[in-house]
Amino acid sequence: MTVKIVNLKLNGVDKAFMARPETTLLLGLREQLGMMGAKRGCAQGACGSCTVLLDGSPVVSCLVPAVTVDGSTVGTVEGLSDGQVLSDVQQAFLDGFATQCGFCTPGMIMSAEALLERNPDPTTEEVQEAISGNVCRCTGYEPIITAILDAAARRRGTTAATTPETDEGPPPTTAYESSEGMRADV
Amino acid sequence: MALLRGRGYASVNYPTGMNLGGDPSQALIHATTMGGFVVSLSSVDLGQGLKTIAAQCAAETLGMPMDNVIVDTADTDTGPHCMGTFASRGTHRVGNAVIMAAREAREVMLQVAAEELEVDADDLETDGSGFVRLKGSPETKIHVQDIALAAHFKQGRTISGRGIFLKERSYPVPETGEMDPDSAQAHACTVAEVEVDDETGIVTVLSLHNAYEIGRALNPAMVTQQVEGGAWMGVSHAVFEATEPYYPSSRAHGPVDFCEYLMPGPAETPVQTSVILERPASNGPFGAKGIGEMTANAPIPAVANAIFDACGVRITVMPFTPESILRGLDELRDAEPSA
Repeated sequence: MTVKIVNLKLNGVDKAFMARPETTLLLGLREQLGMMGAKRGCAQGACGSCTVLLDGSPVVSCLVPAVTVDGSTVGTVEGLSDGQVLSDVQQAFLDGFATQCGFCTPGMIMSAEALLERNPDPTTEEVQEAISGNVCRCTGYEPIITAILDAAARRRGTTAATTPETDEGPPPTTAYESSEGMRADV
Repeated sequence: MALLRGRGYASVNYPTGMNLGGDPSQALIHATTMGGFVVSLSSVDLGQGLKTIAAQCAAETLGMPMDNVIVDTADTDTGPHCMGTFASRGTHRVGNAVIMAAREAREVMLQVAAEELEVDADDLETDGSGFVRLKGSPETKIHVQDIALAAHFKQGRTISGRGIFLKERSYPVPETGEMDPDSAQAHACTVAEVEVDDETGIVTVLSLHNAYEIGRALNPAMVTQQVEGGAWMGVSHAVFEATEPYYPSSRAHGPVDFCEYLMPGPAETPVQTSVILERPASNGPFGAKGIGEMTANAPIPAVANAIFDACGVRITVMPFTPESILRGLDELRDAEPSA
């Protein structure tokens, strides 16, 4: 079988990788380009945890043959932030505690990005529809829906639509985050 | 044909921990050269937030910022023993073990600091920002990084601590059956509001209102999310999930993936409100009880009661499928005296 070189613009940067006919976009991203944000959940397009933006539209990258995206623009969760400041959607997810185990989060955020790009002022129902292809097993969806509405309000420049349900301030950082931050602080 | 609304409630009390051959968990803490504190556990965080709770318990006991705590749950072969994360025991068992380990590590940390500052360790306190200081003389202080460096390279000591929480095995009294099976009981009540379509039999859960008494809420944001994420699971048990007729006889034709095994999606999510009541448990870490599993329990009978309130159908088998609703409505009609 023929191995082909796939060229794409990944998060604004020209990239190339070699793909066999059966290589999916997800595997290309994860195993050849080192982009581990998109997750491999069900590998059959049902869970949405591998959602990325292909030429601006959300796709389940586990079902996209890599050779078909040659010349395309691909956006992953890694491209949303410069590593210093979170994107408005990411910040809204963090402030609204719209994560728990985190496995669905990159896909949820990319679906939200695609929604807000085409509809800056979505209704609750439109948010529900936009993430209907993304499965979450921790949160019960409500904080995710709330966070996306919040992000939309932030992007429109209006007051945040909602505040986190608890009044204890932002949730504590996780041990994962702490372990990285420690050396800078101490 | 009509959309019938109803409201129902259910209560649950739920044990923290279990009682088989005894129920222990261990924790070990040691300081790095840089003044970080590594909490070693074999307890698994599969998303429920145990690492955050362990870090909170360690930081609070050590008197150090959360940023100084690194929770390592790497390997159950090489880590200190844990029975596992089940039975709603993680926060209670692991939290207690971490506190015990952190107390011991804190004691050594203060001893090392005392030698560096040439004061009595009993006169020292932590300020919560990374310093150990002399009580009443806050300018006499030393940073934890300097304490750790002194311990490692000057005093030749390990700043470390060992912790275990053991719920001992309890045998039932033969005459009475009396025993002590758990460490605490958490309590909850859920009110469910549903809409029943008496033409299709479809039940829509409109809202859930939860009240939980869980001892101390160590992390209120995570508690609320556990309550509401668990309640979502309860709704799923109540009106969605079914493996019949194939399970357990054959998986060949049964639902095996996200497409076929139905659980509620974003659009089937009920509105939820949650109230947390805190009655600290005397044996819990900072008074916490466990609330892992119980959060899925109360919504199920609450939904069943709400269905009864809405349309008079009393269903006792999960899930409450459209078919079971319609059969129940048919039975009610059949029972009516004919006009």
